[in-house]
Amino acid sequence: MERSLPLRLDGVASPLDVGIDGGDSNQRDTVLARQSRAAWRRRVAEQTWPPLRDWLLAWPLPLAVLALWALASHFEWIAPQVLPSPEAVALTFKEALVSGELWANLQISLLRVLGGFAVGLVGGLALGVVMGLSPTVKDYVYPIFKAFAQVPVLGWLPLLMLLVGIDEALKIILISKAALVPIALNTYKGIQSVPTRFIEVGKVLKFTRWQMLGKVVFPAALAPIWNGIRYGFTHAWLALVVVELLASSEGLGFMIVYGRQLFQLDVVLAAVVVVGAVGYVLDKGLAAIETRLLGWRKQAF
Amino acid sequence: MSAATLVPRSLRGFVFPLVLLALWWAAVRFGWSSSPLLVAPGQVWQTGVEQVISGKVFAALGASLWRDLFGFAIGASAGLGVGALLGASRLAEKLVGPSFHTLKQISLFAWIPLLSVWFGLGDSAKVAFLSLAAFFPVVLNTFEGIRSVPADLLEVARVLKFSRTQAWVKLILPAASPSIFAGIHLGLIYAWLATLGAEYLLVSGQGIGNLMIEGREHFWMDMVLFGVFVVGLVGFTLNWIASRIEAHSLAWRSRSVAQF
Repeated sequence: MERSLPLRLDGVASPLDVGIDGGDSNQRDTVLARQSRAAWRRRVAEQTWPPLRDWLLAWPLPLAVLALWALASHFEWIAPQVLPSPEAVALTFKEALVSGELWANLQISLLRVLGGFAVGLVGGLALGVVMGLSPTVKDYVYPIFKAFAQVPVLGWLPLLMLLVGIDEALKIILISKAALVPIALNTYKGIQSVPTRFIEVGKVLKFTRWQMLGKVVFPAALAPIWNGIRYGFTHAWLALVVVELLASSEGLGFMIVYGRQLFQLDVVLAAVVVVGAVGYVLDKGLAAIETRLLGWRKQAF
Repeated sequence: MSAATLVPRSLRGFVFPLVLLALWWAAVRFGWSSSPLLVAPGQVWQTGVEQVISGKVFAALGASLWRDLFGFAIGASAGLGVGALLGASRLAEKLVGPSFHTLKQISLFAWIPLLSVWFGLGDSAKVAFLSLAAFFPVVLNTFEGIRSVPADLLEVARVLKFSRTQAWVKLILPAASPSIFAGIHLGLIYAWLATLGAEYLLVSGQGIGNLMIEGREHFWMDMVLFGVFVVGLVGFTLNWIASRIEAHSLAWRSRSVAQF
């Protein structure tokens, strides 16, 4: 099974808004675990079955579920309002695709999530870097940041609805909050946990302040920072869907709610499939960037 | 005097909250805004006290927490089972893994409308949703934990002629426990987030989320602010309890080497 991101714990990474403090003690363990895992994988890759067989093995379960679903709706074991037939879902999907309804909603959702994420990214990186580099700033800001992070996105929602209404601003603020917290936390911790011996080497080489940052601190902290960015994106996507479910008149989340209200479960299922597919594509995209961005680290092994 | 020595270190964390509180108080006191949403800090406090004395907040919190823990218990136990199976059997991983990863991609809250059709709007739909929320992180981390048990350990088990049960109880589970606990911790956090989401989206019954939604509908800012505070407090407490249990159960790990 591939390394799965949204919920994985790599040392410093912090899950959700209320983070687990990925302590430094964990980090060594994770590195050890990762090394042995890599060795294990290599061994497995040598001796196990060819990939084609793996690929084939993935299909029986979903196909069985699909068959059961088709049978259940064909013989009407379950009312079509509760579980529409697979054909109905496929047909609705095609219609929504052809009519452009799906694209329009998808576009709106993507714009929102990218906008919110961009704001959260910039804010989170800035906050994390400042807290990581300056103990004074950290002393002042970290406690209130932690308190702010303790309340999940959904806890802020009613308050923000009162303050800014249910317009676009609400969505951007909530999505950026969802992205900001893990990014700031991981950036801060990543910078904090740069080994002191790296800094010492930099001092021996008489690096200037900027050289130290550019050549030592940031490259060393890149992995946890990137981890935070991936978490941030996952959370942004989660926040987008929930805010669209609760307060929106367009977008994928709205399609789901709308279909639910009209008891058109085929629309709901079609939209859910799209939400899953987009999540999948985004996750794969970030994983691909990660390989390029952090590929140099693997040369060490 | 430089800024670094202006305030003693231990008190620096209080500076921002106090400044914000002062600004808030001043905004009310000097009438900087005529919006009815600008309520006095004292009023929020009073609402909080009223809610506590009348027991309303405890009723709501009790309902929320009961659902939270119930759903979490179902989801986490199912997750442990599935995660252990996927971790221990390569065949199971190949059969179920890809489907699991595909399902995982569906944003959690997108399930709610479907679940509401299948389970109704009552507690069962909420509990089903919460268990789903806890299920995914627990499966992933249990799987990762078991899969990353060093092969050397299993060789030790073979040398010592451990039975299957012994190998699991004495080697695999302890070795995988940090990751498993991390998964359970995550599951708890996700379940709490999902509790709120379920109460917003399946508006029926009682709960802290319903309290906040009600406050929003009536423009009771004091109620909403109090709700935000309670939600943060509960999240913090759950987090704290989980960390304590984790630290306690994993304490042997730092001792084990030093003992010999």
